[in-house]
This record gives sequence, structure tokens and C-alpha cells, in this order.
Amino acid sequence: MREIIKMIVVLTVLSSFSGGLLAAIRGGTNEKIEYQQLVFVKGPAIKKILEGCSNDPIIDRFKIKDGDIERSFFVGVFDGKPNTVAFEGFGKGFGGDIGLMVGVNINDDKIIGMGVTTHSETPGIGSKAKTDPKFPNQFKGLAAIEPCKIKPDGGEIDAISGATVTSRGVCGGVTNAANIYKRLKPQIAEKIKEFN
Amino acid sequence: MAKSITQEFVKGLWDEIPPFRLVLGLCPTLAVTKSVENGLGMGVAVIFVLVCSNMLVSLLRNIIPSKVRIACFIVIIATFVIVVELLMQAYTYPLFLKLGIFIPLIVVNCVVLGRAEAFAYKNSVVRSIVDGFGIGVGFTISLVALGALREVFGSGTFFGIPVFGASFQPFTFMIEAPGAFVCLGLMLSLMNLAENK
Repeated sequence: MREIIKMIVVLTVLSSFSGGLLAAIRGGTNEKIEYQQLVFVKGPAIKKILEGCSNDPIIDRFKIKDGDIERSFFVGVFDGKPNTVAFEGFGKGFGGDIGLMVGVNINDDKIIGMGVTTHSETPGIGSKAKTDPKFPNQFKGLAAIEPCKIKPDGGEIDAISGATVTSRGVCGGVTNAANIYKRLKPQIAEKIKEFN
Repeated sequence: MAKSITQEFVKGLWDEIPPFRLVLGLCPTLAVTKSVENGLGMGVAVIFVLVCSNMLVSLLRNIIPSKVRIACFIVIIATFVIVVELLMQAYTYPLFLKLGIFIPLIVVNCVVLGRAEAFAYKNSVVRSIVDGFGIGVGFTISLVALGALREVFGSGTFFGIPVFGASFQPFTFMIEAPGAFVCLGLMLSLMNLAENK
């Protein structure tokens, strides 16, 4: 009996001590982690898409409720006017979901840039969707309200050789982003006005 | 077996170097050594966890009842692993992204649990810390060596810096999973060769 009590006491004390320590560290690092996630996961893509903007899009962001999900939009200011938003879309790739950022000019509904943020595609083949600038550059100037497809599927995007599934996944992600844009355009326009 | 403190440390660098001599902790070894940077990051995380868990296990070795010792070890190890995970997310986020699931998986890394059970539970605090540090450094050296081999041939870079000319065609096989097994096997056989001379 005494042995059992000792076991219970030792395990309980150890676990609660560990829980307390972790809670303290979690509290101390929470804010830093959230900022790091924005800077490193989405930051590089956002900066590339909104190249030449005069503000910091990671600070000038707003959220819109889309059904149950809250979506973040990053505002780009060009020539003194906030006329561009960057936001996320997801497509089905070869090794899982592909996350990407799409920048859209709200005046003419055209895509000004696209960048892959998170993916688990094959290194050296499908990963070119992120590392080789030729592929994402093809999306520049496309209309952001139409579905986007690779050439074999009747669209106008050249697929990465050897990575058709990845290329199709990226197009699916851009289409997904286009649908979000179509659906939320009134709210986006309203929020952007607040920046003027 | 009255080893000196120095011997406790040095044994981790060759005689008991994981994962080559103690063939433990192979899963992260094979998975994260795509580059030198990943190997080094993983190694440093393991050093931290090993030293802290060895120290605490050794401190509490007279309090922990032997029937629930494994459960206690796991609680201690898991705590330090989560500490490493949070700190990595907060300060070295790109590295955290690359290592991904293998940081939380340090909890079930046999090297860490093995040292707690086989060494720290039976030895003094100072010896346990030194042992943890030595084994950890050995593990790091192994990961860095394996990572260097795979990165140089697999991507043609070392620490992200290109080492061959532009005409070099990366040997992609090396950074895929099968390449990891081949490299590990080659290094093991080289070590045995050196030993048997």
C-alpha cells in the first residue's frame, strides 16, 4: 500500500511541476511564436508578391470572417494608394496540401503575383513550384475571378516538367484563392477604404 | 569501473558514439540529415534534452520508485522536449520548420531514454551531466557528418554554400530516404574498418 501511494505522489508531483513549467514558458513565448510564423511562413511570399509597396504588409493586415473561418488579408500600398491585397489559398498537391499567397489588384481584379508558402512536394522536382521563379511568374496578370488551369487541362499555365500533379495543385490553389476573392470582394473593398 | 570524468565524456565521442556504436535513435538520424544545418540543429536540441533529463533523473534517482521509473523518465524527457520545441519556434523558426515532427519525436528517441535508464538512474549528478553531454556531442557529430556527406553530394552545397561549379548535377538520391540508409551503412562499415585495422 505504501509503495502505491509513493508512486502516485511522485508521479503527480512530477507531472504538475512539469505542467507548471511548460505553461510558464508557453506564456512567455506565445507572442514571439505568432510573429515568427507570419514572418517566416508567409512573410517571404508576401514581400515578393507586394514588391515595391511602401508599407509593411505584415503590420497592415486585417481579418474578414468567411463562414466559420477567419481569413487574413495583407494590404499593399502602391503610389500612396492601398490598392492591393495578398491572401492565402490552398490546393491539393502530390504530397499534401500546397499553401500559397496570391496578390490581387482590387481595381482591375488582376493577379499581380503568386508565391508558394507551405508544401510537402518532392525535393528538386515538385518543390520547384516554390524555388524556380519562372513558374509562379506565369500567374502575373491573370484575371483573379476565373479558374486557372495548366495547358493540358485547357488553361494557359506551363506545368513544371515531371511535376504535373504539383502544377495542377498550385493552379487549384490559385482557383481557390480566386473563389475566396470573388466571395469576399465587397468586404475587402470596404476594409481597404478604411486605410485611405 | 571507476572511470574518470573525462573518460565519461570521451566515450560518447567514439566508443559509444550514437547512432553508430549504440545503434539507437536511427529514425531522426535518417530523416533529418538532409543538410549539415538540420543535423546540427537536431544535435543541439538532443544535447539540451539529454543533459537536462540526465541531470534531473540523476537528482531524483532516490525518490523515483523503480516500478514507475519509465513513466517518470518520459514525463521528464517530454517536458524538456516541449521546452526545446517552444524555444525553437520562438527564436529559430526556419530551423523548426525544417525539422518539423522530429523535434517532438525526441521524446521517444531511444538515445535519451536509454541514457536515463542505463546511466543517470545509477550514477551521480555530475557524472550523469557529463555523460549526457558526451553522448549528445557524439550524436551531433554523427548527424553533422552524415548531413555533410548527403548535402555535398545530394544538393552540391555545404551549409547552403555551393561547393561545386554550376555544371554539377546534384545526386538527388542522396537526400531521399534510401540515400540515408546507404550513407549510414557506408559510414558504419568505414568505422568498423578503421577499428579492425
